[in-house]
Amino acid sequence: MTVMDTTPSSAAVATDAVAATAQEAVEAAQPAVEREIKMAARGVNVFYGDTQALYEVGIDIANNEVTSLIGPSGCGKSTFLRCLNRMNDTIEGCRVEGSITLDGENIYDRALDPVLLRARVGMVFQKPNPFPKSIYDNIAYGPRIHGLASGKADLDEIVTTSLEKAGLLEEVKDRLDQPGTGLSGGQQQRLCIARAIAVKPEVILMDEPCSALDPIATAKVEELIDELRQDFTIVIVTHSMQQAARVSQRTAFFHLGKLVEEGETNQIFTNPQDQRTHDYITGRFG
Amino acid sequence: MSEHIVKSYDEEFSALHNKLAHMGGLAEEQLASAIDALDKRDTELAQKIIDNDDKIDELEREIEEKAILMIAKRQPVAVDLREIVVALRLAMDLERIGDLAKNIAKRIFAIAEPRPTRGLAGLGQMGRLALEQLKNVLDAYVQHDADKAMEVWRSDEEIDSLYNAMFRELLTYMMEDPRTIGACTHLLFGAKNIERIGDHTTNIAENVYFLVHGETLDDERPKSDTTSMTHVSYSQD
Repeated sequence: MTVMDTTPSSAAVATDAVAATAQEAVEAAQPAVEREIKMAARGVNVFYGDTQALYEVGIDIANNEVTSLIGPSGCGKSTFLRCLNRMNDTIEGCRVEGSITLDGENIYDRALDPVLLRARVGMVFQKPNPFPKSIYDNIAYGPRIHGLASGKADLDEIVTTSLEKAGLLEEVKDRLDQPGTGLSGGQQQRLCIARAIAVKPEVILMDEPCSALDPIATAKVEELIDELRQDFTIVIVTHSMQQAARVSQRTAFFHLGKLVEEGETNQIFTNPQDQRTHDYITGRFG
Repeated sequence: MSEHIVKSYDEEFSALHNKLAHMGGLAEEQLASAIDALDKRDTELAQKIIDNDDKIDELEREIEEKAILMIAKRQPVAVDLREIVVALRLAMDLERIGDLAKNIAKRIFAIAEPRPTRGLAGLGQMGRLALEQLKNVLDAYVQHDADKAMEVWRSDEEIDSLYNAMFRELLTYMMEDPRTIGACTHLLFGAKNIERIGDHTTNIAENVYFLVHGETLDDERPKSDTTSMTHVSYSQD
């Protein structure tokens, strides 16, 4: 005689529940991290003469995050970047509408001095552009004109710390009196980053900072960006999608002057919500 | 899906998809032949299945090579990346399905002579169900149809419960007549192989879901293979 005992008895399964639970799992995956907003843009329109370059752009830029702006050429990403420290003021016929705030303060307020704004919101450009001065003076220039150093020793300290933060100190410490233009391209770019840091900005804007650099120098700058994030808020325009994916926490995709999609970088590059974002990052239109 | 700006990228994708379709077709064919050979205890067909397994293995290697090269060259993101990752995983599941079909084929030699009279019908039924599931899931993959894939995912339970029934049935035969232990053990392993094929099929279904939605299906699939906990006591009155 045989006796069989099966434990547990075959489980009853509610198959309808499967789809519903999958949906809940998707919703539960949204992070609940509190972001501290450093800069906020609302309804930003930019015109060059009669041509509108940006349409109703709204975005929050959070503290200690790297936000990358991506999109095809002419999409308005650099225009938007330049709005963040009023670099557009210098362009003839350029008009900015809407509001952009830094710590809740409107940066387009008439009472605000753009020079002081640019000390708080620094910029690094595509092509390294050191002053035709010594390495030391390249960095000391900003602190001097803004009166940030109380004496020679203080200025020395600022120069050293800035070079250190930019990861350049070891390479140049014995030749601070040599011209900055004599450095390699990658070193020059890090010198420009050191120069931007020297005035203790709160936000650093970078306009394609690696597009003129070789892969090794690019890697060094990317590593630097990640370190700088601890102390600064960084906004970077890049044509390299892989770079955006590597260095940033948030990514904003611009197309034809509009902000199409903004969100966590991981999500944008794995599962973008907008078809245009999807087509752009997968190389389906340019 | 619109085309990539770089045409050769699209050509690489279609080559990858063609290889997978070929591999899927072969895996189906191997399983169908295994069921057929089992029904008829056809050792000639069984040998053919064993010989054909190399083709599936070779295709897996080719798919893996293509996929790795594409990742290195194109640095794919979003749906492109999912297509490639899913292709890699599918190839692995299909290769395993091929192995399991081959294993069934090998057992046909062992049961060809001392013919087990019972248990074969149940095994055939299980096999046909697994084959249908495999066909459906491969269709779902080709059509990027996540709903269809989820249907397969849910119906794996049927295979599991058939397997449970087979397990009990075969144990009973063995206890009734110890001379059948050899053949019944082979049938039991055959049933286990088919149950595993069902599991690989549900893996594929999960991957189709991931491919379409970009989210992993992190639900625990309803498991109803209880044989690992089945206790059988044998007493002689």
